[in-house]
Amino acid sequence: MDDVQLDGMLHVAFLRSEHAHARLRGVDVAAARRRPGVVAVYAADDLGDYWQPGPLLVPPPPIPGLVFHACTQVPLVKDKARHVGEPIAMVVAESRYVAEDAVADIVVDVAPLQAVVDLEAALERGAPLVHEHLSSNLAAHVVQEKGDYNAAKATAHRVVQRRFHYDRGISAAIENRAVAARWDARAEELTVWDTTQAPIPIRNGLARMLGLLESQVRVIAPFVGGGFGPKIMMFYPEEVLVPWAAMRLGRPVKWTEDRQENFTATTQERGQVHDAELAVTRDGKILGVKDVFLHDSGAYDSYGLTVPINSQCTLLGPYDVPNYYTEFTAVFTNKTLVTPVRGAGRQHGVFVMERLLDFAARELGIDRLEIRRRNYLAPEAFPFNNEIIFQDSAPLVYDSGDYAPALAQAAQMIGYEQFVREEQPRLRVAGRHVGIGIVSYIEGTGIGPYEGARVTIEPSGEVRVATGVGTQGQGHFTSFAQIVAEVLGVPMERIHVVTGDTREFNWGTGTFASRGAVVAGTACHAAAALVRDKIFAVASRVLQVPQERLELVGGRMMVKDATDGGIELGALAARANPLRGAVRPGTEPGLEATAYYGPDRGSTASGVHAMIVEVDPETAMVEIRRYVVVHDCGRLINPMLVEGQIHGGVAHGIGNAFYEQLVYDDGGQLQNASFMDYLLPTATDVPRVEVAHRETASPLNPIGLKGVGEAGCIPTGAAFAQAVEDALADYGLEITEIPLSPDKLFDLLKKTRPKKRNVVVIDGSFVFQGSREAVYALLQDPEVLGKSLPGAMHLGRTGDGRYDGLMRVGIGPVTAAEFSVSVTLHDQKPPAGYGMIVEGKGGFGFVRGTAQVALADHGDGTEMTYRAEVQVGGTIAGVGQRLLDSVAKRMTRQGLEALNTALAARL
Amino acid sequence: MKPAPFAYHRPETLDEALAVLAAHGGEAKPLAGGQSLIPAMNFRLARPAVLVDLNRITELSGIRQGGDGLHIGAMTRQRAVERDPIVARDAPLLAEAMPFIAHPQIRNRGTVGGSLAHADPAAELPAVMLALDAKLQVRGPAPRGVRSIPAGEFYTGLFETALAPGELLVDVTVPRAAPRSGSAFAEVARRHGDYALAGVAVRVTVDDAGRCREARIALLSVGDGPVLARKAAKAITGESPTPEAIREAADVAAAKDIDPPGDIHASPAYRRQLVAVLVRRTLERAFERARNG
Repeated sequence: MDDVQLDGMLHVAFLRSEHAHARLRGVDVAAARRRPGVVAVYAADDLGDYWQPGPLLVPPPPIPGLVFHACTQVPLVKDKARHVGEPIAMVVAESRYVAEDAVADIVVDVAPLQAVVDLEAALERGAPLVHEHLSSNLAAHVVQEKGDYNAAKATAHRVVQRRFHYDRGISAAIENRAVAARWDARAEELTVWDTTQAPIPIRNGLARMLGLLESQVRVIAPFVGGGFGPKIMMFYPEEVLVPWAAMRLGRPVKWTEDRQENFTATTQERGQVHDAELAVTRDGKILGVKDVFLHDSGAYDSYGLTVPINSQCTLLGPYDVPNYYTEFTAVFTNKTLVTPVRGAGRQHGVFVMERLLDFAARELGIDRLEIRRRNYLAPEAFPFNNEIIFQDSAPLVYDSGDYAPALAQAAQMIGYEQFVREEQPRLRVAGRHVGIGIVSYIEGTGIGPYEGARVTIEPSGEVRVATGVGTQGQGHFTSFAQIVAEVLGVPMERIHVVTGDTREFNWGTGTFASRGAVVAGTACHAAAALVRDKIFAVASRVLQVPQERLELVGGRMMVKDATDGGIELGALAARANPLRGAVRPGTEPGLEATAYYGPDRGSTASGVHAMIVEVDPETAMVEIRRYVVVHDCGRLINPMLVEGQIHGGVAHGIGNAFYEQLVYDDGGQLQNASFMDYLLPTATDVPRVEVAHRETASPLNPIGLKGVGEAGCIPTGAAFAQAVEDALADYGLEITEIPLSPDKLFDLLKKTRPKKRNVVVIDGSFVFQGSREAVYALLQDPEVLGKSLPGAMHLGRTGDGRYDGLMRVGIGPVTAAEFSVSVTLHDQKPPAGYGMIVEGKGGFGFVRGTAQVALADHGDGTEMTYRAEVQVGGTIAGVGQRLLDSVAKRMTRQGLEALNTALAARL
Repeated sequence: MKPAPFAYHRPETLDEALAVLAAHGGEAKPLAGGQSLIPAMNFRLARPAVLVDLNRITELSGIRQGGDGLHIGAMTRQRAVERDPIVARDAPLLAEAMPFIAHPQIRNRGTVGGSLAHADPAAELPAVMLALDAKLQVRGPAPRGVRSIPAGEFYTGLFETALAPGELLVDVTVPRAAPRSGSAFAEVARRHGDYALAGVAVRVTVDDAGRCREARIALLSVGDGPVLARKAAKAITGESPTPEAIREAADVAAAKDIDPPGDIHASPAYRRQLVAVLVRRTLERAFERARNG
């Protein structure tokens, strides 16, 4: 999108909420509008009737008893902000620099509210409400059942029960989101460039919102640097606002998301808590599974229930689970929206099931591979109906699969037997902690509704293929060209694929759910087959030879057994589009056809991942030594593309397993909102991935395709947990939480209860020279109190126990900036103590501290004991977490010393 | 993520730079490699009104051997130090630590003086210079002029140094190591190149009997700045560096020399554990090298 540079283009910056939950009382944009170079500034009220909540993108499937409360995102905050990063105002200016300068001019009046962060606390009575028209933070409740779990459990030899946590990450595409729009008033046409994965629905939606014909809107999703799911979400506020502003201002307008925005404004995934149990027989046969989980929806649930339904459907894996009870509650929180990110909830299900099998195997004394083998569905079991409903509203039916050979192959590739019998014992004796993990998974791929394609042979002999899906690096240009080349017998180089431009093709949905190759690829295949029929019909007429005697060779129609003659496809295309003569009734001009493919249900890919890790128990650092994938996505179009998808997916999965975690504090502030603290695995953290393919064709489409886009990251966490646990077998620890980190592993190794460090806590004591009464009295003096706030410029009493003033704070690289500060003393019990609330807000965020102060006699002096909790918001919260502890300690120490000096002078 | 407006100066000489800094008082910020300052400006956390770019001042770059030790100009790129044969020979601890500083692309721009003056508590170079007992040469406007500050006195707090407003760090001198000295560096970072969760730079000297004559153990990422583990050094000094003695000193460093902060990547307890492990491992290597050297 950076290549989209238009004459006279304006640039956009957004003012975004620094608070996770806050009532918006007013937005004053006057100063911003006056800044030179600013063209327009819009707040919610400036949008008039154009301000509308977004569409519910995916209505929930028809599951009996399902509860779903749709609350969709809004273009600009009107009443209250529901997550950090939600846009409040939009600035349009001559440059991005000026636009960002003007954002700082906007004055926002907000009343912070308690944030809803923790999933369980969100559902407690009396919890603050994200959406106040609802009676609770429950977004959805879904129960699906197969068989009778309780009856099965009653007959079980053993029931394995655990609680599992899976936390949030981001998609971290190389290219962030961007939208540019140009309104051509003369042609009455709106052109929108958008990083979306779904250009056609964006076009249709924009036309409706802006009161234009669909044909008046052209949406181009150019070569986009990565999608991974969040770019299928629509409509993002920026997608609604940028085209509107371009039409209103009569100039091209562009917004490019920067990385700081991406961390809070682009959708995220993965927060779930599962309480799961597995009922097994003595020999490890699965009798049933029960899983009850909470799913974090974030602030709005525009994407419906795709993610949690994927979790509950993928949990079953390649196994024969006769009885299944699955229940989830989706919860609104004051965090960024949750929509699918590569894997889209599937990895949660796999993690739960594979971990339960591991624990069951250990408790029953069965080998890890053996317990899986005993429970695989047999190759003749297909199609296999799981008797629950999948995310696409169709019954969860597996089309085909052959699981046991994949496990055997993976075990053989990684040398499972040899590792477990020889290598691991030998290394353990040498004091080294190595472990192996091996897990199975399935992935529902290639769902509907449909995609289409048009194939055209030009008179030059070049072949054009157009389809509606967007492309973000999957290799569509290669795979679609391969499909068409094979059907038409034309060299690959002559095939020109266009994706993601609604002027070229305007029916379809988009790139998601591992469906591009399966659905759009099959549509390309169907369109090419229709063109092939036309080629034969036209050639038969032109060459005066029956069709059965013709063949297509290297882009030329030949008469069978003839050594020369025939006709080039290009010439044939020209003949099919005559300038004179007539196109016969019942035929169409040209060699062109359009076809659609809409599968009734998805095809089920599967695979096995295995890895070997080494752990240093002293430092809690983990290194992945080997990684093996055996993958089955049906018939392969292009093995290199499939491997690329798997390699990237595994890297993503390793990130989810050990590196990438969005850490929110209790106030809903993201504490690692930059690549400094949000750790993407790099080349040094991802091992070489050894891939083998198996091809169990899907019976659902003519090529036998299944999807592969998400597979690589789905089982990684489960394999990683098993391997690390295995490496640390002598510690007897259990890993039930993903992402893991060295810090968490350290807690597990030390068997200490991990403390949730969601706020900075400062506690301690200090001895003042003076009596309690004197100290207490002086602490009421604004001049003395001001000394306890390093950087305070002045502080005045503005009410009983209330003081207001200004302070100037800077540290190291952070330039000193002015903060308005207020101090409120409450629960005053002279001379024993009081509570104190300090609030500051200024240039780069806000600070809120709550403290309890107690005074006690200490010889001739007074001992003050204090405990304060500090929360920060804004940029500092996102990028400064590494230093908060040190800064807080330092400021407390400075404050207390200054206070003591002030007291000494006055006592 | 665009910086706030600022004025930009690019002096050609040190005197010119000092004059520009003096003219603007506290509003001006020197720009060395920019690997910390520019991101901070793009986040608008740093908003210097004036930027004084030192990259054209050739007199501030270079590595040379002097009578009092190895001199490294403040604007010498980290990558140059990493690849310098004199550094490898005369300051092996520095050479060993260089690859741990971020990534090659960052070391190509990042300077020795920039890192030392920035005083990030997680930075490698301040700890290394502390372990090597380096002297930092500083120049400012008259009357103060030139002064030399030992690394142990240079770091005064979180991102705070002894540099006065208008002063520039111009050179760092690494004194020649005593005979029978050995050094080692180690750190634990989430990914290679990240801010370390904890790190250790040590230099030890042994006597004829192989006992520890002197130990300088500098820790990073566990305090407001680089921390000299004096109690641990005291515990090992005069001792024969047996595994037990080394372990004891390492435990002292973890338990008594630091009050480490916690963050989302490492709790204070985990940092203490890492310090215990890393001090032990680096001391073992350093003594081994001292005995063999």
